[in-house]
Amino acid sequence: MTFVAKPKVHHPKLPVNEIGLTRRDYEGSVSTLCAGCGHDSVSAAIVQACAELSLPPHRFAKVSGIGCSSKTPSYFLNKSHGFNSVHGRMPSVMTGSNLANRDLIGVGVSGDGDSASIGFGQFAHIVRRRINMLYLVDNNGTYGLTKGQFSATNDKGSTSKKGVPNLYEPIDLVSSALQIGASFVARSFSGDKKQLVPLIKAALMHKGMAFIDVISPCVAFNNHSGSTKSYEFVRDHIHNVMDADLIMAHDEVTADYAEGSREDVAMPDGSTLQLYKVDADYDPHDRVGALNYVQRMQEKGEVVTGLLYVDPNAVECHDIMDTVSQPLNELTEADLCPGSDTLDSLNQRYR
Amino acid sequence: MNIKYNDFVIRFANVNGSGSASANGMFAKALFRMGIPVATRNIFPSNIQGLPTWFEVRVSEKGYLGRSEGVDIMVAMNAETLVEDVASISPGGYLLYDNSKPLAKALKRDDIHEIAIPISSMMLPEFSDPKQRSLFKNIAYLGALAGLLNIEFDVITGMVSTQYKGKDALIQPNIRSLELGRDYALNYLDAPLPLQVRRSDAVGDRIMIDGNDAAGLGSVYGGATVCAWYPITPSTSVAESFENHSNVLRIDKETGQKKFAFLQVEDELAAIGVVIGAAWNGARSFTATSGPGISLMSEFLGLAYFAEIPAVIWDIQRSGPSTGMPTRTQQGDLIGAAYASHGDTKHPLLFPSTPKECFDFAAQALDLADRLQTPIMVLSDLELGMNDNLSEPFEWDDSRRYDRGKVLSAKDLDEVEVFGRYLDVDGDGIGYRTYPGTHPEKGAFFTRGTSRDEFAVYTESGEVYQRNMERLQKKWQTARTIVPAAQIVDKGQSVGVLYYGTTSLPMPEALDNLAQSGIHMDTCRVRAFPFGDEVEQFIAAHDLIFVAEQNRDGQMRSLLINELQTNPAKLISVLYYAGLSISADTITEQISDYYIENKFSRVTEVQS
Repeated sequence: MTFVAKPKVHHPKLPVNEIGLTRRDYEGSVSTLCAGCGHDSVSAAIVQACAELSLPPHRFAKVSGIGCSSKTPSYFLNKSHGFNSVHGRMPSVMTGSNLANRDLIGVGVSGDGDSASIGFGQFAHIVRRRINMLYLVDNNGTYGLTKGQFSATNDKGSTSKKGVPNLYEPIDLVSSALQIGASFVARSFSGDKKQLVPLIKAALMHKGMAFIDVISPCVAFNNHSGSTKSYEFVRDHIHNVMDADLIMAHDEVTADYAEGSREDVAMPDGSTLQLYKVDADYDPHDRVGALNYVQRMQEKGEVVTGLLYVDPNAVECHDIMDTVSQPLNELTEADLCPGSDTLDSLNQRYR
Repeated sequence: MNIKYNDFVIRFANVNGSGSASANGMFAKALFRMGIPVATRNIFPSNIQGLPTWFEVRVSEKGYLGRSEGVDIMVAMNAETLVEDVASISPGGYLLYDNSKPLAKALKRDDIHEIAIPISSMMLPEFSDPKQRSLFKNIAYLGALAGLLNIEFDVITGMVSTQYKGKDALIQPNIRSLELGRDYALNYLDAPLPLQVRRSDAVGDRIMIDGNDAAGLGSVYGGATVCAWYPITPSTSVAESFENHSNVLRIDKETGQKKFAFLQVEDELAAIGVVIGAAWNGARSFTATSGPGISLMSEFLGLAYFAEIPAVIWDIQRSGPSTGMPTRTQQGDLIGAAYASHGDTKHPLLFPSTPKECFDFAAQALDLADRLQTPIMVLSDLELGMNDNLSEPFEWDDSRRYDRGKVLSAKDLDEVEVFGRYLDVDGDGIGYRTYPGTHPEKGAFFTRGTSRDEFAVYTESGEVYQRNMERLQKKWQTARTIVPAAQIVDKGQSVGVLYYGTTSLPMPEALDNLAQSGIHMDTCRVRAFPFGDEVEQFIAAHDLIFVAEQNRDGQMRSLLINELQTNPAKLISVLYYAGLSISADTITEQISDYYIENKFSRVTEVQS
């Protein structure tokens, strides 16, 4: 397999961010996914979010499992290390990576097969451990690389390309994440960059487990009429409850929303997470309410999107474990090895 | 009276969960503190309460630590197993039992001595609470044994005082129970017996510890910072030991925070995933499991082999799958571990045979994993892992530095002209790696299985794949030269015996037995896979080699044949795999039988 490398020369007029980098500095290799694949829009949104946040592009740890979605970490942030691991096991590899170096920004990309089937257990357990990361699922309801089998997130009754309906109940990862303990839960649509980019920014700056389920249609196997994960179906049934934006300390608020529908949430790094209620009755700090709402809307065939739940004061795994603030991979013999005198007294204890 | 000192096997037949473990442990410790070599063995069921359990202590002035067939003293405290317990006593041996209930006629044996103590009746007026009564029964037995075997009483009472320091209310009833037992023995029985203990200096400066505890401590010394694990007998105490020692030795003095991460995860797949993720990101990490866990980890082990990520896995081997026999020991995971996973994979294995070696290999495995950038599996077993063993004391050289292998820092990256993650720059098959986040511009790469070139760029070229596989083969040759070498005793005999791990424990005794009957052999204790040149030379230098191990299929023998192209006719298996550890008697018998069947002459070699 070969592909054409992107030219490294930047257009001189590309805008630079606060650390003097352009969007191109956050890009990756050229995608080998199908033309029109929703996943490429998600990768582009990650690039834009990271560039707008002026995050150093080498300070990420990108981890994925196996599948179309899991190929995407090659397509963004190529100054960072990435790890295309084992099918369904991104969460455990990411857990280890985060335990070793808590200072890196963890971005885990997975798919619906990866997270809702083979890796459903790992998904559940990384959420309950509250690893500080962005866990993003490119959710297209189908197995693309093996040519179009239903995945576990495919809705019951949704049909395959040949018109055969799915007979089994779907797993809703958003509901699971809410129930198990994610402190930031959102759903979005790869076709709605305006919503998705701010959500990714907010998730990246969130301290704790941030989960985003992105409906990302598969143009090859699941974009036909009869599918509930097609561009058309999702556009027609989307129900946005809450927009979010991350405002850096010195930025001005320009969004145009009705008075009284805005809530400012202070973030640990000094920035502000601004929430805009699209649905006036929705409370993004009520975990059980959110779960209820999502499930009720799902019964009606609606796809609830937006920032569904956030706990700005959440703890993460290192808080729970009470590990030192210095990354464990930086500790040396002096920190780690108790030495021979201590060993002599330990020997004595075993006599 | 002809008194035999410091040479017997005593077995305690107990009911699981009856509080016997503490008294049994004190018995062994008391003898150890009198300077007498002891080896302990716990034979326990997959059960929390109610099923039979046995605790065996081999007492040997000569220092024979392997299991011995037969029982000289049976302390029968479990009515349910009384029939088999009585039957297992060697002729001339002793049955110690509670005659609060009389012994059935059918159980009487002419060839053993009965020692009856009405322990239950004795405890009745002492303790009103039935639970206490049952607990202190164990202690009263210990007191009786002190009288019968002539154990120094103040050694035992001293241990009680230390053990219950701060819980003074418990000291008095313990001492009282000990005295009750001892006094009964001295006043009403022919105590002490002709089988006795006496103070010795045979222990020397050795310590007594189980291999799993040693492994956990060695991992602390070796600089492991991440331990992810899933509970499985008999490996659980490796992880627990790491946590316990770390909670003392790895706490930041100023903040009280932990300089380690300890995570019990959802299964063995996650455990190895966490270890690989942490090692990829530059932390020393390990997990502990048993055979079924290795099976579950296989896919990840392959990924780590191909992606070249360090990992340390402790496999505390047991007997097979599911439940029941898995609480028994075995050396059954060699082939499964050596070639675990899909595609062309092979993994270095280490075989510790003492707690000291568990400690040493724990630290060395972390070095080897970093140096070779590949998973290293340490194959211990239940026998070594969960039983208190005599061991040389642990040592640490303070000038020792961790070998973190070939890792480029930001400064290194500024200086190198070309960085290719999988380039064989030094000709040893090992490339240079970088940790994530090291440098703003250089050194980042994408980790995946095999579909990449020397620069970690994605490719599906067959030629590139094959070139990479050949480099991994070169790395394997490097591994041969740096894993722990076999320990060889070569006195120029024509026959040798090769063994590893806990099969080493009964070997000195077996060799002495065989020598007495005119069979003299050189020895090779294998300590690692891949085999070094010394193993190849040992095999070449001998006409015949017995390979002693604890599994059905002769797995070490298969590895030798497969890896060294050894003529199978030269390697004769000596096998035992019935759940207990291999005994000197078994080894002696199988080798002697081979000599007889094949009409081998004995004492063919003159001892130099």
